[in-house]
Amino acid sequence: MSERKREGEGLEQAAGLDMGTRLEERDERAGADAETVDEAIFSLSGVGVTYSGAQAVEDVSFGLATNEITAFIGPSGCGKSTLIRCLNRMNDLIPGAEVEGEVLYHDQDLYDPKIDPVQVRKRIGMVFQKPNPFPKSIYDNIAFGPKVLGVKDDMDETVERALRRASLWDEVKDRLKSNAFGMSGGQQQRLCIARALAVSPDVILMDEPCSALDPISTGRIEDLMLELKQSYSIVIVTHNMHQAARVSDRTAFFTVDLRAGESQRVGKLVEFAPTEQIFTSPRDRRTEEYVTGKFG
Amino acid sequence: MAGSQIPGFSGHGGDPASALYRTRTRRSAGAQAIKGLLAAAAVRGGGGAAALLSVLTTTGIVITLASEAVNFFQVVGLADFFFDTDWAPLAGGDSQAFGVVPLIWSTLYLTGIGLIVAVPLGLGVGIYLAEYASPRVRRILKPLIEILAGIPTIVFGYFALTFFTPTVLKDIFSVDVSVFNGLSAGIILGILVLPTIASVSEDSLSAVPQSLREGAFGLGAAKRQVVTRVVFPAALSGVVAALVLGASRAVGETVVILVAAGNTPNLTFDLTVAHQNMAAFIANTARADVSQGGVAYLTIFAVGTTLFVMTLLLNLVAIRFVRKYRQVYE
Amino acid sequence: MAVTESAITRKIVERASSGERVRELGFRVALLGCLLVAIVFLGVLIVDVSVDGLPFLSLEFFYTFPSRIFPEESGIQSALLGTLALMVLCAVFVVPIGVASAVYLEEYADRDRWINRTIEVNIQNLASVPSVVYGILGLAFIVRGPVDIFGLGVGQPTLLAGALTLGLLVLPIVIIVSREAIRAVPPSIREGSLALGATQWQTIWKQVLPGALPGVATGVILALSRAIGETAPLILVGAGAFQLFNPSIDGPFSALPIQIFNNVGEPEDIFRDLAAATILVLLGILLIMNSLAIYLRNRYENKW
Ligand SMILES: Nc1ncnc2c1ncn2[C@@H]1O[C@H](COP(=O)(O)OP(=O)(O)OP(=O)(O)O)[C@@H](O)[C@H]1O
Ligand SMILES: [Mg+2]
Repeated sequence: MSERKREGEGLEQAAGLDMGTRLEERDERAGADAETVDEAIFSLSGVGVTYSGAQAVEDVSFGLATNEITAFIGPSGCGKSTLIRCLNRMNDLIPGAEVEGEVLYHDQDLYDPKIDPVQVRKRIGMVFQKPNPFPKSIYDNIAFGPKVLGVKDDMDETVERALRRASLWDEVKDRLKSNAFGMSGGQQQRLCIARALAVSPDVILMDEPCSALDPISTGRIEDLMLELKQSYSIVIVTHNMHQAARVSDRTAFFTVDLRAGESQRVGKLVEFAPTEQIFTSPRDRRTEEYVTGKFG
Repeated sequence: MAGSQIPGFSGHGGDPASALYRTRTRRSAGAQAIKGLLAAAAVRGGGGAAALLSVLTTTGIVITLASEAVNFFQVVGLADFFFDTDWAPLAGGDSQAFGVVPLIWSTLYLTGIGLIVAVPLGLGVGIYLAEYASPRVRRILKPLIEILAGIPTIVFGYFALTFFTPTVLKDIFSVDVSVFNGLSAGIILGILVLPTIASVSEDSLSAVPQSLREGAFGLGAAKRQVVTRVVFPAALSGVVAALVLGASRAVGETVVILVAAGNTPNLTFDLTVAHQNMAAFIANTARADVSQGGVAYLTIFAVGTTLFVMTLLLNLVAIRFVRKYRQVYE
Repeated sequence: MAVTESAITRKIVERASSGERVRELGFRVALLGCLLVAIVFLGVLIVDVSVDGLPFLSLEFFYTFPSRIFPEESGIQSALLGTLALMVLCAVFVVPIGVASAVYLEEYADRDRWINRTIEVNIQNLASVPSVVYGILGLAFIVRGPVDIFGLGVGQPTLLAGALTLGLLVLPIVIIVSREAIRAVPPSIREGSLALGATQWQTIWKQVLPGALPGVATGVILALSRAIGETAPLILVGAGAFQLFNPSIDGPFSALPIQIFNNVGEPEDIFRDLAAATILVLLGILLIMNSLAIYLRNRYENKW
């Protein structure tokens, strides 16, 4: 119960007082809970990121649900990538990046000093904008993760299972030993997804996974995501409004606040709601302008 | 305007072009443009000629080595040179012998010792600088490695002879080495090529795109695993180039061997005795002021040719590998 | 474990196993160890040379000629002047040719033509030909050979012959570094100049070369410091030691590395300490040159 309460609070903070009161007007507290999450994987409160002291994202609070696809949308530079990288501590790899606020993953504070970021990433996998297969064979790309984690199971089986889940098996089963660079861009990206699945994570974070791909490959990856959400929770950053509408269950819309003229750009969460609501009856004018194409 | 502003920078092609230009200036209103064109042609020609000088240098080296080496092989048979295991070209009478095998052996053996020292240390330094050091730490450490690279080899030779052999090897490690020995020279040779290996491998590791590292981290790999299993294999061709370049430097090194290893090539595994590599032999023979045209003088060229070919092959291999890693990620 | 584990355990972020942390730490320590070996070596080398050499460093040391017979009163005047003269002559030879080659290769050469590709591979190769081989070239081609440049002393181990040999040795370095400096001038600067109607040559002379100058200067200094540290080519070319007169362009010469080399070869210990003192002078010159290079690099670092 306490978990739910925190989620509810997170939502209020996220949407600002404005939206919080409106929510309460509409649905009372229970309704607000129902609209956020049944079981939270992540709950963020007051999350901000600075790069060498420059604020990039500020005061983001909301909760993400298990076995759902959550989409982050918003104009370029509003901090979508920055925020998604907070969820598995990839920001630790950028010198000068600092995260403030609280990121809870199943009630564990991810930024607790006792938490090892390597172990976090084992649970929370990531797929990147540009396909980035290792310069190794297809087989070795998939086997890399389990090997690194010290898995001693039958690797052939692990590789096959991961490739099947990423619906790539039939295309590559005859050339598992050939270099991954020889695949098409779409195949490479599905290989990267398969590679992430092979370590059996709990969450998969995808930062614009389709932006380098053609529509057909994009469609296949979207189908794949819908399939995967049965067993995983997925967070996706996308610039493609239709994609967000097609695949995601909930959508978070971010925007950039210009402060002190153009010099300081800070990303903020504007609205977080079920996708249908974001696209049909957004509460915030900025969201509406963005999803209808009047903005950005 | 263009022509009048060119200072004396036209290199070899300057004069003919300006003569041409004089005949044409009177002609027409287009003179300005023509002046510019001719100046450009002059510069282009001059620069091209200058660039060709490097080809001439190579040609000069090849002609020098080859012409005298041919003379040498008129006196000494090819088979005697490459397969005989006695080397005493400066000796008189019957004991004179021209088997280059001991020289080649000492060259390769000492290079091997050097690499045993330099490969782990150089790669360690390269990996640390490319993958672990923060920008601030790198700004401090890199110049130190560059200083090591900039120390003249005669200083390393001095250090090997007057400190490393007597103090480190004899006093501290109680190794029973003679004053001139292959062990000291080989180890110091390793330190000498360490910066080469470190900086070339650092370059190739840094050329590996960040996205590969992120991909591996995103799968829950620890830093060491990312470095050893993703970054290092991805940079492998550059790392190989680093090793080959290091080997090439060690093969061609003269002074450290000349000063610290003595003047006797030795067909032996024993490192406590003197060794002489090809480069040191060349320098030592030239110092002995042998008369021009004599067979001892000619050995310089025969051995020089062998050395040149060996390093040339190594360099070609290295260039190939460097090109390979540049191709993949640039 | 990974594939088969249940949904419940997947949610828990484990602690890193201690074995893993030890391996991680061990790897880091090993890398630092490598660095430490290199730095300690450098430190010991400098301390050792200083301990041996400092007692001999005095003002007289610089302006006294070296002596085999009275080592206590030996100096390095002829060798020091020889090295400085080599450096200047070498620069005179190498800078115009090196920079002109670099301009040609970067700005004019059509990279697809075989001749330009040959030049390129050739320069890369030359950069790693052993210095002793340049010495052979100097000995056979310049000192004893067919080329009597400017009619200055054929068959003689002259200062000019030494400088030319060292010049050929470092020319590839100057070309490579100058090319990098020229390449670092952004295309926008060239385009801007050309768009204003300047010719290609004007663009190079007024925009590209000034922009590349700090880089070129740094490279030249580093190449010259390589040149004056070389011993083997000078041995081949016939530089002398313990020389009791100063070098002239068409006469015999000495140089610091050669003086060090010959000191090391003398039997009495005192010569070794003299060698150490001479090394300190050589290292001092190199330090000054490198500081200058670093200063130039930082002072004029790309402003665009
Ligand atoms: N490594 C970094 N160092 C410094 N600033 C950064 C870094 N990465 C991002 N930023 C800054 O943080 C802000 C947010 O960037 P981010 O990449 O998160 O935006 P985004 O929403 O993902 O944009 P896009 O849609 O273009 O990918 C930007 O102002 C950007 O300049
Ligand atoms: Mg982004």
